[in-house]
Amino acid sequence: MSAKDVAVKDRRNPLKTARGLGSAQSGVEHWWTQRVTAVALVLLGLWFVVTVLCLLHADYATARATVAKPWNALLLIAFVLTMFWHAVLGLQVVIEDYVHTRWKEVVLMVAIRFLAVLGALAGVLAVLRIALTP
Amino acid sequence: MAEFSLPKNSKIQPGKHYPAKDAKKPRTFRIYRWSPDDGQNPRIDTYEVDLAACGPMVLDALLKIKNEIDPTLTLRRSCREGICGSCAMNIDGTNTLACTKAIGECDAGDVKIYPLPHMPVVKDLIPDLTHFYAQFASIKPWLRTQSPAPDRERLQSPEERKKLDGLYECILCACCSTSCPSYWWNGDKYLGPAILLQAYRWIVDSRDEATGERLDDLEDPFKLYRCHTIMNCTRTCPKGLNPAKAIAEIKKLMVERRSA
Repeated sequence: MSAKDVAVKDRRNPLKTARGLGSAQSGVEHWWTQRVTAVALVLLGLWFVVTVLCLLHADYATARATVAKPWNALLLIAFVLTMFWHAVLGLQVVIEDYVHTRWKEVVLMVAIRFLAVLGALAGVLAVLRIALTP
Repeated sequence: MAEFSLPKNSKIQPGKHYPAKDAKKPRTFRIYRWSPDDGQNPRIDTYEVDLAACGPMVLDALLKIKNEIDPTLTLRRSCREGICGSCAMNIDGTNTLACTKAIGECDAGDVKIYPLPHMPVVKDLIPDLTHFYAQFASIKPWLRTQSPAPDRERLQSPEERKKLDGLYECILCACCSTSCPSYWWNGDKYLGPAILLQAYRWIVDSRDEATGERLDDLEDPFKLYRCHTIMNCTRTCPKGLNPAKAIAEIKKLMVERRSA
């Protein structure tokens, strides 16, 4: 579309278009939380990998007992929650970047949040069942 | 959704060939051509230029083509010394100024010249920068103060002035903004590296008293936070500036004024 065509359909001053709906007064929270969860994930991720490596040749009962230990259960739940939280923040950015049809954007944004909450709850439930079952 | 192919009327067709007659040092230039008047798709024209009778810069070759081979070739240029920013275009795969890019610096083979990427084209190598300029105006790029005007200049210490180095040199050629994928996909709302560097230039100016308002205006998921530190801006800047760092400094100030 040439600049001329736009001019016919759009009589607004370019400044009106550029200023748009103004500033949303948000975004810092998202940016900062994404970084804080990233740092948490580095630490929790290292712990998770080491824990899993230690279980490499273990049998089911040993693995179950490891997860059931209070500190391990706590860190595992923290890991699951942080991961889903961070994933939602990241996916949100991808959707904002690339999905430019408003209804699709809204549907996707709600969908990833629902799925993340379900995934996080399922993960927490699984750990709790192991940790709290004698 | 994201677009993965060009619209039908933007697909590039093969163009004309202008061979050089008995050139001592021939070099081939492949140049994007499009005119709003003929209803044709864009095409790539091929020009052979004798470098033995041409200045060293890409702009010299473009002007030689326009003067001696094909007067219909359309481009912007003015100062021919890298201070006006008019001749910004995509040369040899990188956004830069035709007047400061030496032909010898281009990769071996044909020199490919396109207009700045992902902008509406007015004609040939001329992009429509209306929205870019409007975005610049939207950040109110002038000194804003609350204190009454002094009788003389508003003074600045050498240290304070130093903070503007690396910012004041920006000539708004739009090379950085049009190299930024985030600006390609969301340029309607994302301000882009050039405008954010300019915004930071006023935020750090010791004489400006509207710092808070300026940060308020930028605090937005799209205006500022579309920057994903891709760094194309810094890599392409023909003036050697670092817009990515300016944006990072704005993000730091955003965090600084809130509770951690």
